[in-house]
Amino acid sequence: MPETTATISLEVLRYRPEEAAEPVWQSYEVPLRRDWMVLDGLNHIKDSLDGSLSYRWACRMGVCGSCGMMVNGKPTLTCATYLAGLGPGPIRVEPLSGFPVIRDLVVDLRDFIDKLKSVKPWLLRGDEKPLADGEYLQTPDELAEYKPYSMCINCMLCYSACPIYALEPEFVGPAAIALAQRYNLDSRDDGAAERLDILSRHDGIWACTFVGECSAVCPKGVDPAAAIQRYKVGATAAWWRSVLMPWGTR
Amino acid sequence: METTSYDILVVGGGGAGLRAAIAIAETDPNLSIAVISKVYPMRSHTVSAEGGAAAVIRSEDSLDAHAYDTVSGGDWLCDQDAVEVFVREAPEEMLRLEHWGCPWSRTADGHVAVRPFGGMKNERTWFAADKTGFHMLHTLYQTSLKYSPLTFFDEWFVTELLVEDGRCQGVVAIELATGKVGALLAKAVILTTGGCGKVFAFTTNANIKTGDGMALAYRAGVPLKDMEFVQYHPTGLPFTGILITEATRAEGGWLLNQDGYRYLQDYDLGKPEPKPVLRAMELGPRDRLSQAFVKEMEKGRTITTAYGEVVHLDIRHLGEKLIDAKLPFVRELCRKYENLDPVHEMIPVRPVVHYMMGGVHTDLEGATPLPGLYAAGEVACVSINGSNRLGSNSLTELLVFGARAGKAAARYAAETPPAVPGVLARAYAEERRLETLRRASGGERVAVLRTEMQQAMEKGAGIYRDEPGLRSTAAKIGELRVRCQRVWLDDRSLTFNTELVAFLELSNLLDVAEAMIQSGLERRESRGAHQRTDHPRRDDERFLAHSLAYRQDEGAPRIAYLPVTITRWPPGERVYGR
Repeated sequence: MPETTATISLEVLRYRPEEAAEPVWQSYEVPLRRDWMVLDGLNHIKDSLDGSLSYRWACRMGVCGSCGMMVNGKPTLTCATYLAGLGPGPIRVEPLSGFPVIRDLVVDLRDFIDKLKSVKPWLLRGDEKPLADGEYLQTPDELAEYKPYSMCINCMLCYSACPIYALEPEFVGPAAIALAQRYNLDSRDDGAAERLDILSRHDGIWACTFVGECSAVCPKGVDPAAAIQRYKVGATAAWWRSVLMPWGTR
Repeated sequence: METTSYDILVVGGGGAGLRAAIAIAETDPNLSIAVISKVYPMRSHTVSAEGGAAAVIRSEDSLDAHAYDTVSGGDWLCDQDAVEVFVREAPEEMLRLEHWGCPWSRTADGHVAVRPFGGMKNERTWFAADKTGFHMLHTLYQTSLKYSPLTFFDEWFVTELLVEDGRCQGVVAIELATGKVGALLAKAVILTTGGCGKVFAFTTNANIKTGDGMALAYRAGVPLKDMEFVQYHPTGLPFTGILITEATRAEGGWLLNQDGYRYLQDYDLGKPEPKPVLRAMELGPRDRLSQAFVKEMEKGRTITTAYGEVVHLDIRHLGEKLIDAKLPFVRELCRKYENLDPVHEMIPVRPVVHYMMGGVHTDLEGATPLPGLYAAGEVACVSINGSNRLGSNSLTELLVFGARAGKAAARYAAETPPAVPGVLARAYAEERRLETLRRASGGERVAVLRTEMQQAMEKGAGIYRDEPGLRSTAAKIGELRVRCQRVWLDDRSLTFNTELVAFLELSNLLDVAEAMIQSGLERRESRGAHQRTDHPRRDDERFLAHSLAYRQDEGAPRIAYLPVTITRWPPGERVYGR
């Protein structure tokens, strides 16, 4: 590895509930290498300076969704953000905002898992074709219809950026709605009405002001804000239909 | 200690684990199932697989052709009964995933599309652009959420298998968020923890691939099979080791040396044609391509960079439209991590540790020799991969053998009594051991030992090996084992103690490394991914056999051999490009 003498400081918000009730800032000096991401800086701290720093990471290629944190106040995928792009420092690293913090940079994701499950993110069909009859046909255009929403890596940056989720914890949230939409728009799925019922029971979706912070921070271009907007339009139409034509099917 | 009982535990929440869990729920909805994973399931390393998953679907193709490609690709070390089961059940498993919503890429008329892949004589690799593993994993995870018998233990790290009366009856695990140690009792346990690429320094594998399941089984007396066979993928990005999928070459990419010459033509892989030719040149098998790189480097025809020698992967001639349609992730990775656009520039690549052909010894049902213990996916060795896996067989393997292990475990659990109370004594002993480890106060840092291990493995157990190199790595691993007893942890806390986890992972890695090295030392032949410069030929007389590494209390593992099952394809020459 090319040698370097340049360094950059990382100011990391530490929270160790067994030692102190409140989080504290701790500063570390890490090598500033051209090829290093913020995550490489954290790994340098963990391996060489302070083994007690806790954070999550796995793939280091922007696809597993583990390493989201606040970097200089913005929700960021740390394995995909160069240290050098944030110079001269110091760089402030905090746990993703909007979530309870378990320890250091590790936040509690259980609320998201429950919400994900609540929108029934699986194919719902009235009839199941036997496997022997082969695949459900789906043209490239039909695939393209829902494909962008299937690219969500569950990194939670959108929840962290979402002003509604911060105020209204009941809100299902951007990623879960995008994933619901991913199935709704899938030509093989019949579950849109069922999912709409689930979502319209939550108040949060109506509070979304479509400012689009969620889409702005998404590292995979999923555009949850558009999914939410489509949902609102769909839900409003369904509501009007149910009022005007209560005998009709949806 | 908190004790919970389930009928079946699945350890690992990646592709194989989720497929197994669903198979159990569908086989017998009355069985209770716990999926225990050290990460949230969608973080599992299946997520990183790119190129595709093989299963015969076109009428021009045949199961026999898929089997022959697999057997010859594995240099005849595959068990052919396993391969026959695999190719036969592959199409149905892939279709099932389609029925669960996997966004497979399609042909214009709406059928599932297939692409060529290395070592495959027909187009049979299903793909979801170049994020196939990502889409398979998320489809499996999201689908698994509808099965009520499943309980997820997310971010629980399993530290020991509970074995009593000669059968596996549960596990001990740490809940990372709290540090709480729990005993999870069960009638059957399925290991689906994936591989162990982190034994090496330069790998495509995620940080979490630390051989946990292999080490758990090994310590419980179950042999590890064919551990000497480590797959180097020929095209990783220098420095990061990020995988650039074989699909780049399937779509028509070229490998070029410093002179812009398609050097594979010099290594008995066929003649260069403008369009990709199946089972030839850039679509040869991974072992041969990685070996060709080393030879090319020795000839001084590679390119020197700050991160070592590389060759060029050139996909510029495919054009922006095709690249964006079929290889968008490759473009994204190159731009993000290599600061270049493959539409306009060549990609520097070098071989990188990617996959373990070996693993926990199982039969066709995923059963290990220890009653009640099953394994599937990369952690296991059935063996369909022999001495060299073909690209796109492993994602399918997850499904076929994940499902088989799930069904077999369900049948076993239905006729097996619950765990006996005696296992709890073992669980308490394990809890005390973990408590001691958390207070480890020697002088060695986990990261230092891990780095030394990784460097020793690269040095002695790389693409080409010989006896002195393997011996010196074996000695180093032995030394590291001793030093591992004297670790110092900065972190003594219970709450999300990732340093303790890294320490436990390090001991798993050392266990696995030891099995790899000893198996490599004793296999005095060259076959597939195991190339011995001091024994350069394949030796079917002595080594048409699987190695089985048994852990010993003291010293190196004992290696035994098990004959390879040959059904219809007697050992022959591997022929590519002619």
